[in-house]
Amino acid sequence: MDWLLVLPLAIPLFFGVVSILARNNLLLQRWFGVLGMVVLLVVSIAILIGVRTQGILVDQMGNWIAPFGITLVADHLTAFMVLITAIMGLAVAIYSLANIDAERESFGYYPLLHILLMGVNGVFLTGDLFNMYVWFEVMLITSFVLLALGNRKEQMDGAIKYVTINLVSSLVFLSGVGILYGMTGTLNMADMAVRLDAVDSPGLVTTASMFFLVSFGIKAAVFPLFFWLPASYHTPPVAVSAIFAALLSKVGVYALIRVFTLLFVQETGYTHQIILWVAAVTMLTGVLGAVMQTEFRKLLSFHIISQIGYMIMGLGLYSPLGIVGSVFYVIHNIIAKTNLFLVSGVANRIAGSFHLKHLGGLYRKHPFLSIMFIIPAFGLAGFPPLSGFWAKLTLTIAGLDAREYVVVGIALFVGLLTLFSMTKIFAEAFWKPLPSDRPKPAAEVEGIPGVAGIRTMMVPIVLLAVMTVVLGLGAGLFINVSLDAAEELLDRTRYINAVLGDP
Amino acid sequence: MGVLISLLIGCVVAFAAPLLNRAAGSRAGVILALLPLGLTAYFATFVPRIAAEGALRQSIAWVPALNVNLSFYVDGLSVLFALIISGVGFFIVLYGSGYLKGHRDLGRFYLAVTLFMVSMLGVVLADNIITLFVFWELTSFTSYLLIGFNHEQERARKAALQALLVTGTGGLALLGGLILMAFVGGSYEISELLNQGEVLREHGLYTAILILVLAGCFTKSAQFPFHFWLPAAMEAPTPVSAYLHSATMVKAGVYLMARLHPALGGTDLWILLLAGFGAATMVIGSWLALCHSDLKRILAYTTVMGLGTLTMLLGIGQTEYAVVAVAVFTLAHSLYKGALFMVAGSIDHEAGTRDVGEVGGLRKAMPITAAAALVAALSMAGIVPFFGFIAKEFVYEAALAAGSLPRLLLALAILANVAGVAAAGIVALKPFYGPVRTTPKHPHEAPIAMWAGPVVLALLGLLFGLAPGLIAAPLINPVAGAIAGAPVSVELVLWHGFTPVLGMSLMTLALGIGVFFLWNTWRESRFARGFNRAFGVAPENAYFRTIDGMLWIAHWQTRIFQSGYLRHYLTTVIGVTAFAVGFTLLSRHGLVLPGGWSAITFYEWTLAGIMAAGALVAVFARSRVTMVVAIGAVGFSVALIYLANSAPDLSITQIMVETLTVVLFALVLIHLPSLRPVESRASRLRDAAVATALGAAVTLVMLTVLTEPISPHLTEYFGAHSYVTAHGRNIVNVILVDFRALDTLGEIVVLGIAGLGVFALVKLRAKKRRDGGADV
Repeated sequence: MDWLLVLPLAIPLFFGVVSILARNNLLLQRWFGVLGMVVLLVVSIAILIGVRTQGILVDQMGNWIAPFGITLVADHLTAFMVLITAIMGLAVAIYSLANIDAERESFGYYPLLHILLMGVNGVFLTGDLFNMYVWFEVMLITSFVLLALGNRKEQMDGAIKYVTINLVSSLVFLSGVGILYGMTGTLNMADMAVRLDAVDSPGLVTTASMFFLVSFGIKAAVFPLFFWLPASYHTPPVAVSAIFAALLSKVGVYALIRVFTLLFVQETGYTHQIILWVAAVTMLTGVLGAVMQTEFRKLLSFHIISQIGYMIMGLGLYSPLGIVGSVFYVIHNIIAKTNLFLVSGVANRIAGSFHLKHLGGLYRKHPFLSIMFIIPAFGLAGFPPLSGFWAKLTLTIAGLDAREYVVVGIALFVGLLTLFSMTKIFAEAFWKPLPSDRPKPAAEVEGIPGVAGIRTMMVPIVLLAVMTVVLGLGAGLFINVSLDAAEELLDRTRYINAVLGDP
Repeated sequence: MGVLISLLIGCVVAFAAPLLNRAAGSRAGVILALLPLGLTAYFATFVPRIAAEGALRQSIAWVPALNVNLSFYVDGLSVLFALIISGVGFFIVLYGSGYLKGHRDLGRFYLAVTLFMVSMLGVVLADNIITLFVFWELTSFTSYLLIGFNHEQERARKAALQALLVTGTGGLALLGGLILMAFVGGSYEISELLNQGEVLREHGLYTAILILVLAGCFTKSAQFPFHFWLPAAMEAPTPVSAYLHSATMVKAGVYLMARLHPALGGTDLWILLLAGFGAATMVIGSWLALCHSDLKRILAYTTVMGLGTLTMLLGIGQTEYAVVAVAVFTLAHSLYKGALFMVAGSIDHEAGTRDVGEVGGLRKAMPITAAAALVAALSMAGIVPFFGFIAKEFVYEAALAAGSLPRLLLALAILANVAGVAAAGIVALKPFYGPVRTTPKHPHEAPIAMWAGPVVLALLGLLFGLAPGLIAAPLINPVAGAIAGAPVSVELVLWHGFTPVLGMSLMTLALGIGVFFLWNTWRESRFARGFNRAFGVAPENAYFRTIDGMLWIAHWQTRIFQSGYLRHYLTTVIGVTAFAVGFTLLSRHGLVLPGGWSAITFYEWTLAGIMAAGALVAVFARSRVTMVVAIGAVGFSVALIYLANSAPDLSITQIMVETLTVVLFALVLIHLPSLRPVESRASRLRDAAVATALGAAVTLVMLTVLTEPISPHLTEYFGAHSYVTAHGRNIVNVILVDFRALDTLGEIVVLGIAGLGVFALVKLRAKKRRDGGADV
């Protein structure tokens, strides 16, 4: 048994437990926070290298051969997701040093952060459908506590909506798992993929797939199931918003991609066409929600929904280039969107507000921060040559190739509206002079106060901005690698053979 | 590689510009101007090479999976534009250093202008359509930053956004059109697409491609009815207006239409759209210019006129006259309009106003600027022996030679040029002649950095007019050839003899002078005001209304979807689940229920009955405790079902969980106020329907799945290995702690975190209360 694939679960668990033990030593907890993410990053890189050199990695838990035990699997998509998770974890851990107050720290912020990543990695790595459910539960409970930690009224309001809707999602997910078990007698996804093909009625499999479309659709925040996201993301500290924006909904997208390339490909004319149109409406409704917002983080939250649409558009197209577009979009968007949340925190620290009405003057006084905003913001809007452009271009080409002209038209139009709302932030928070009649900034400063705090917060921001530029200028390389991921996803036999052994 | 390297150097210089500005102070402008000067020299070396060897192509791969290459195609057309961009750019950088001398954002100006120059060069040199699009969007972005240069004024911010959105909309259409063109033509390289003209024009997607591409070109090049962003963009500092919004960026659309003319041009639709919109833009722009007294607005509208003229010429581009006219007019326009814009900026800078009504007699204070203005205006008015004269002659000749409606086009061209002559007079004469007016600032001659550009550009207009042979063979013919898609060779001469066109030129001049003297009357007239409202204000208002409408829809839909009520959210989620599952089952599979109903025993029916009753009681109960008890009844019945199916351990677990749940619920709920039904009858009915639908859908799916045989391979394996390999007699235990231990680990983590969460929430709350925080 190879230990590599266990490590993305074991490392956060270890650091989470150690952080709980170091409950009264905040300094130690902070260091464990950063250290744990660095170790995780190293391991994730090792996994990606492993996948690039050896193909799909498989690890049978307890050495029980598949499909009888639980299998951990890492293909390209998983390796990407685990790596980007570690990068986001590191970025947010550094940012947290200056953003999280001592109170939250002493009540378990860092353990929760570690365990959240454990749950996220679990979803990415598991090759077992029920096990995936368990990791979703880990994610749900940790994110709920993170969301509620602090006990402010609006936080609780958001957290209740978040947890209630997501519990419904879990219920639907579990029902789906039960139904699939009833049809195949197995929980291992590779085994299930083989056995689903043998089910007499593909229509029945498609019916079962709807449970997963709905359940993961809720997690991914697609239309019309996205309500929990804009209700909650703007309430906790920025570091928490940022890690949520980075990971939560994308885990749902990952799960959709996984099951709708591995398990449910019997009637793609039905299932994937639904996904495609859900994608189109999600993009549109999300961005329309965003254009009217006047709160920095609420605006960004609605954009998450919009961009989830792009991510599953490629899945809906179900072509190599479409999948490439989805994968590339997920990676690009995690980086850019997280960064925007981080920037919103710095803007808040400087000007004392998240409300665009009360912000201003940042371009004049903080030109560097302005550039650090422009890069992810215009990247998000798909402006060339930043990363978002290539993601959008790939999807556009794939969509036109599939003659889905209306969906492509919507995708391009949504890009324009994205630009509209990004420039709205830029004009209001950066270009506009600081309004004189704004309310006094809140006296309470979280984490490290003053310039030192802002410097610390800028570290991950610069890191992520550089990644957006590199991903854009070096798109050739990244798209080639994503192409490998897409081929793997579309040729299911590779995954199945890797898990079950060559027939 | 050479082109790419030159662009990269430009990028590096652009990002170094703010630092240089800080280090070198007032000399920074001169140093930075060396870049465009060097680039001009570099591109000039291409002129003889192209004349000798034809077009050049350089390429390296960028994103091979998407067929994107950093490829550049250098022929006459691209070199002409590259020379204009870098040449005018040289004077603009100089001019900007004087115009914005001491401005706190001068460094940012240098950065954005240089970056723009590089992007614009990229547009006209790129061969790959995606690379072209990348540069195209970058010009929109730098234009956005530059229009918003005075960003603390709301007008500037609005104008910047407006320009970005209008050109951005077109840009997206363009992207779609270009990709479709690549699909049809089988290549992403323009140089190869140019040979696919017949394939493209005969393909079913031709109309879509053409309209999409033209949407991009028309918005970028400010064609009616998208022209409104250009006058609004005059919020930018004048060097920016002179450079981006007159000489270069707004010609990007014209460039692309010219570039693609051999591939897409010549069809009826092409002629109709380009000649139609071009002529309309030309006339509307020229007369709108006379409705204003702000120098920059006048110039902006005459730029619109110029762009319309070029589009019209490309529309009727089947003749040699037309393609040559495009080449000549492009060059002439850039020279005189660039010079006049800089003059307008100098007036503004020195006198403190740029309203024609507020300045007069400046020629004594600003003799050099006045002279440059006069020379440039003579070219603009199309007077012998200036280059503008040759350009206008060609425009008239081209109109006359048009395949359809030549007289109408000629009449429109004359109509527009009459206004153009008057506008030239207004810009170049009114501020400098007549009685001296007191202005907000005491006027002086502009510094050399600011008059060098106007003087040189104006004199070039004179030089090319006197000796057109200098540029005819090396530059104009290759350009015309590139647009036509076949070699063109004309002799440019100043004097054609007494031709009908000369007569029309004279007539234009005479009428123009007349309009010049009647300008004040015209401007005050009701007709002019109505004209401005209809063609200047109305399109812009349409833009604002579109934005407002979009925001209204956004408000409306967001209020509906994101109502803020958890009840609505749950109703939607459950309803969607029920519909998705139920509809898919019925439409993809159909209703196939298993048989064997008679095998269901009496006590199974009883249990089902108890569960159903429990559920109903829970729904209708008025007290929370009743509800909990009723739900408990359902849970205990489930435990009995496990028992009946010989799963005692599951049953015991279920009983324990159920007991605990009921107790805990009861403990918590007792502290809550009693329930009051707040919902209306209708919403209760709706909820009932949604809930029943989900219950029915899931039940039907369950029953249907039971018709499928379940594979026993897992249970068989567990049965066989549980004791032998895993050393445990209780299979369920072995599954939990060995076969599927990872699940158990995960569940333990969930419990641990739940405990941590409860602890944190309770303690933190207690602590806050102690500390007197009201925030609970």
